[in-house]
Amino acid sequence: MSAVTTTAPGLADVFARCRAEGRAALVGYLPVGFPTVEASVAAMRVLVEGGCDVVEVGIPYSDPVIDGPVNQDAMVTALAGGARVDDVFAAVRAVRDAGAVPVAMTYWNPVLRRGVERFAADLAAAGGSGLITPDLVPDEAEDWLAASARHGLDRIFLVAPSSTPDRLEVVTTASSGFVYAASTMGVTGARTSVDSQARGLVEKVRAVCDLPVGIGLGVSTREQAAEIAAYADAVIVGSALVRTLGGEGELADRLEALRSLTEQLAAGVREGRA
Amino acid sequence: MDEAAEGMTPVPLERPGRFGRFGGRYVPEALVPALEQLDEARQKAAVDPEFGDELARLHATYTGRPSIVTEVPRFAAHCGGARVVLKREDLNHTGSHKINNVLAQALITKRMGKTRIIAETGAGQHGVATATAAALMGLDCTVYMGKVDTERQALNVARMRILGAEVVAVEHGSATLKDAINEALRDWVTNVGTTHYCIGTVTGPHPFPEMVRDFHAVIGEEAREQVLELTGRLPDAVLACVGGGSNAMGIFHRFVPDEGVRLVGVEAGGEGVESGRHAARFASASPGVLHGAMSYLMQDADGQTLESHSISAGLDYPSVGPEHAHLRDSGRAEYRYATDDQVMEAFSLLCRTEGIIPALESAHALAGAMEIGRELGPDGLVLVNLSGRGDKDMHTAAAWFGLVDEGTQ
Ligand SMILES: Cc1ncc(COP(=O)(O)O)c(C=O)c1O
Repeated sequence: MSAVTTTAPGLADVFARCRAEGRAALVGYLPVGFPTVEASVAAMRVLVEGGCDVVEVGIPYSDPVIDGPVNQDAMVTALAGGARVDDVFAAVRAVRDAGAVPVAMTYWNPVLRRGVERFAADLAAAGGSGLITPDLVPDEAEDWLAASARHGLDRIFLVAPSSTPDRLEVVTTASSGFVYAASTMGVTGARTSVDSQARGLVEKVRAVCDLPVGIGLGVSTREQAAEIAAYADAVIVGSALVRTLGGEGELADRLEALRSLTEQLAAGVREGRA
Repeated sequence: MDEAAEGMTPVPLERPGRFGRFGGRYVPEALVPALEQLDEARQKAAVDPEFGDELARLHATYTGRPSIVTEVPRFAAHCGGARVVLKREDLNHTGSHKINNVLAQALITKRMGKTRIIAETGAGQHGVATATAAALMGLDCTVYMGKVDTERQALNVARMRILGAEVVAVEHGSATLKDAINEALRDWVTNVGTTHYCIGTVTGPHPFPEMVRDFHAVIGEEAREQVLELTGRLPDAVLACVGGGSNAMGIFHRFVPDEGVRLVGVEAGGEGVESGRHAARFASASPGVLHGAMSYLMQDADGQTLESHSISAGLDYPSVGPEHAHLRDSGRAEYRYATDDQVMEAFSLLCRTEGIIPALESAHALAGAMEIGRELGPDGLVLVNLSGRGDKDMHTAAAWFGLVDEGTQ
């Protein structure tokens, strides 16, 4: 990928390419600073090499209320190791340079603290395409709607199986890039099966907007990725990657394990529509 | 900003769930439908005589309302001679003001057709109240409590379990109240179809701050009449401790339009604000979002929540109810703090001069009264919300005063 265009590819380009290839996009999440800042950036490069189209660069946060134990523990490690919000921008840059589309993922208070405008400017300058906001609903997002528009950033809000038609309307109207659909009611964490509610939710979202829909929460295997790729535009994987990166043994071995899991998932998103 | 200009008059909410620039609903989308359902249910209940009658009946026959007021002259002798009147929420069933809110939320839970109620608790008083209401109304109950708090409030853990509740000790983070709330929110997001999250104070996403305040407003309504009857006039100052701020909002609310009455919230000064080990949000914090609401928040330069500290588990929380943030910024209420040392002195003084053992939380308000009384002098009249009784704190107090005989424990 040496062709430097004036505008870096964004989420729309990713989904156009995936559509052309008849597959779903693979979105991988890792928090910055886990197990260290340096290793987390190396791990994100591995995600890109292994086949992630989009990398969610997570900002560790002290009170991650929609995260399960795996991500919570990773965030505790990251913060204890001194990870800072500033490190996120370097990681975003690294993902961009590695050839994937980076989006940041953060609870809202770190953004508020930095200043919504300044955060948006920094994210855009680092090459970020957008921001996933798990605890911000559009109703409270006035500043972010304005700042994201000013800096050309996509706004990825979440919908859930509990979302009513009214709420789906509100959320998708404010969204751009893609819509993040939580497969199940609950927190992040790998699950043995992805809820049957997921498919229904994708259909409900498609009924109210034209945006791509990604399914997240609970995906951990190639088979699950393939199953979801059959009906969703993106498969989002988080905890399973974090758990692999945080496993036993030498970092180099864990990065290899991360690479092979990513490759498996990347194969999965290509199988679903066969 | 412009809030200061609004001066002493109560400010109507600009938009639902906002107190000036504070409050709001910063939550995962998955919870929004439940918050909307709750908001609708509590608004319907507010105008439904059946709900009002049922709650009033429970308060009269179960809670023990109205709670009395007690004038405490021997204690007042240490408060610059000002008259001091205590509103005795410690005498409510389960031993604190928390039951006012919980009974009402439990009734609402049933009206919403939910069968399970969960709660966070710091001191354990809200957990005990929730476990009590669950037993009374036949609801399943899980209470989340920081590990540190389960140790310092072991008696209340036992009470909750005896009442049939499941108590989950939360070991994450600082293992205190904020972490218990995180865990309760995770449970709620997972089980929201059957479960109501009974938040124990005036924090959290809209409609909790407003709703919980309204369920506690009975404290101030009763106290205002009782003080008028007892003394023939309104108090110069109304004091309450402020953790999340529910007992304080409860006693303040009716007095907000009484412009001559100072509203004084007392936060936990812990080991002193300089030490960093405290929960004096208004003395040190800046606006931020935690647990669904914008308010004052103890946070670092990156917006990570800082750990709070207090000898009283119930005040050990790094943020504060959004309406307090607004009352403070608008100038209608004032906030000060009492250190652990001051609190234990006030605690001991009330025990020995009046034969009333207050909760350590409430002792913060008493420490505030000692200061305000001295400022007002002998003509002053101070109303203090005695939010709870101190049985749960005997272990902490005995250790503080060196009263535990190791051999007998
Ligand atoms: C007796 C008592 N007072 C006060 C509080 C603090 O809560 P709030 O500030 O909501 O009144 C607690 C909380 O546990 C309590 O048990």
